[in-house]
Amino acid sequence: MPDLAIVLPSVLNGLTTGALYALVALGLTLIYGVLHIINFAHGALLMLALYGVYFLNTVLGVDPYVALFIVPPVMFAIGYTLQRLVITKASHGRDENILLVTLGLAIIIENLALMGFRSDTRIIDTPYSFEVFEILGTFIPQPKVYAFIGAVVTAGLFWLVINKTDLGRAIRALAKEPKGARLVGINTNHVFAMSFGLGVACLGVAACLLLPTYYVSPHVGQGFVLVAFTIVVLGGMGSFVGALLGGLIIGVVEALGGLFLGESLGQIGIFVIFIVVLIFRPTGLLGHKV
Amino acid sequence: MLEIQNLKGGYGAVEVLRGVSFDIEAGEIVALLGSNGVGKTTVSSILSGLMKPWSGEIRFQGELLNGQSSEAIVERGLIHVPEGRHIFPNLTIRENLELGAYRRAKKNRARNIEKVTAIFPRLKERFDQKAGTLSGGEQQMLAIGRGMMAEPELLILDEPSIGLSPLLVEEMFTLIGQLNADGLPVLLVEQNVLQSMEIASRAFVMENGEISLSGPTKDLMNDPELKRSYLGLS
Repeated sequence: MPDLAIVLPSVLNGLTTGALYALVALGLTLIYGVLHIINFAHGALLMLALYGVYFLNTVLGVDPYVALFIVPPVMFAIGYTLQRLVITKASHGRDENILLVTLGLAIIIENLALMGFRSDTRIIDTPYSFEVFEILGTFIPQPKVYAFIGAVVTAGLFWLVINKTDLGRAIRALAKEPKGARLVGINTNHVFAMSFGLGVACLGVAACLLLPTYYVSPHVGQGFVLVAFTIVVLGGMGSFVGALLGGLIIGVVEALGGLFLGESLGQIGIFVIFIVVLIFRPTGLLGHKV
Repeated sequence: MLEIQNLKGGYGAVEVLRGVSFDIEAGEIVALLGSNGVGKTTVSSILSGLMKPWSGEIRFQGELLNGQSSEAIVERGLIHVPEGRHIFPNLTIRENLELGAYRRAKKNRARNIEKVTAIFPRLKERFDQKAGTLSGGEQQMLAIGRGMMAEPELLILDEPSIGLSPLLVEEMFTLIGQLNADGLPVLLVEQNVLQSMEIASRAFVMENGEISLSGPTKDLMNDPELKRSYLGLS
């Protein structure tokens, strides 16, 4: 049995990464739950948000945590506009078209980024990048602790919006019963776009919390979206609590996998768990029976 | 208050409504009757903006409704309780009722919830349960309650008796009569000819996308044509 002093830091590290995965997955699962499509542009939009945080910091000197007040609202606006003016218009109301349109958007955004920013990997330098907190006798980088707190607070706000506001009720109503939603006077195009905007705004939050300990490059989103998709399926498609729980589990599994199997094989654990869950609980941990 | 002139409409290239005209006066229950597939639900779908009419004219309180969005139509107080209920199964009873006031009468929401649950006490008993767990009759009550939350100027009830036990059907019709007793005009779209005629003041009978018979219900009751084809009397 390995020493607790080695395992504990890994678990704590995994939880902080997992909380960010959960945030990315939360956006994905919201968009899936309401629009019934996988947003293939999710990774590309996360990359865009990371560049936003990067340039705000390097050009204007804005701290990534101050950028929390700028990037998520801008990402929300981008998401709302994309859904209302591009995705709806180009898909003519067919789910498989929406899927292809988001895939096309991902390719366009990533290649524009490659053209504009080149494939360099970029990082930012903050005064607290190498500061640590001592938690339960182990040292955790400060930005990771902030990221964890930020992700949990965002998930809480998200829960409030979905469960306690008229917008949230309309989103849930529209997800299951579009005809009933129209008959109570819900503007379905607006609520679809709000859902997409909220999902994309989550990426803005994730980007601000992520960049102090991470990097940005035009393809940075792909790895995240693969993990986030795994989390969405693991937690149960469209389940918010499932996405949170799944995110934390995957974060810890990845960290422990890295510890025992080596950094490059760390992700094996994720997919082993994924396959096992799908065999024994095909609807995911908190998914409903179809 | 609602006048429909020569309404035509359909799905794709198939014409379902071949020129339907009828009207509803303030305060009355009007029954739109006919068997399955004659176009009744197409009429109500067009009235609530779920479908666009091909031609014809819909006037509600003097204003032209043709081609308006369902939000704009709800905003004016023309509320449609659809066939098959279409309540939100994943939301609680309370949330379903709250969403009934999404577009209209929002500031009276709390008071109207009291009112609706006074009419349907069974909804109050299961207030924080998911609506999907309700029985068919309770779901129908919730659908009507959700419609009432918008303080309708005119209520369209589409097949409210479908799928209910005979006892519940009786209860449902009594209830519709009570709703109307407060002056709420109701367009009752039904297959259940006899019971609808008992509470409606006038009726329009549809056949093949047209109105084949119309008039005050007390006259229609004695119409030999109606007796033969719908009431099974000769």
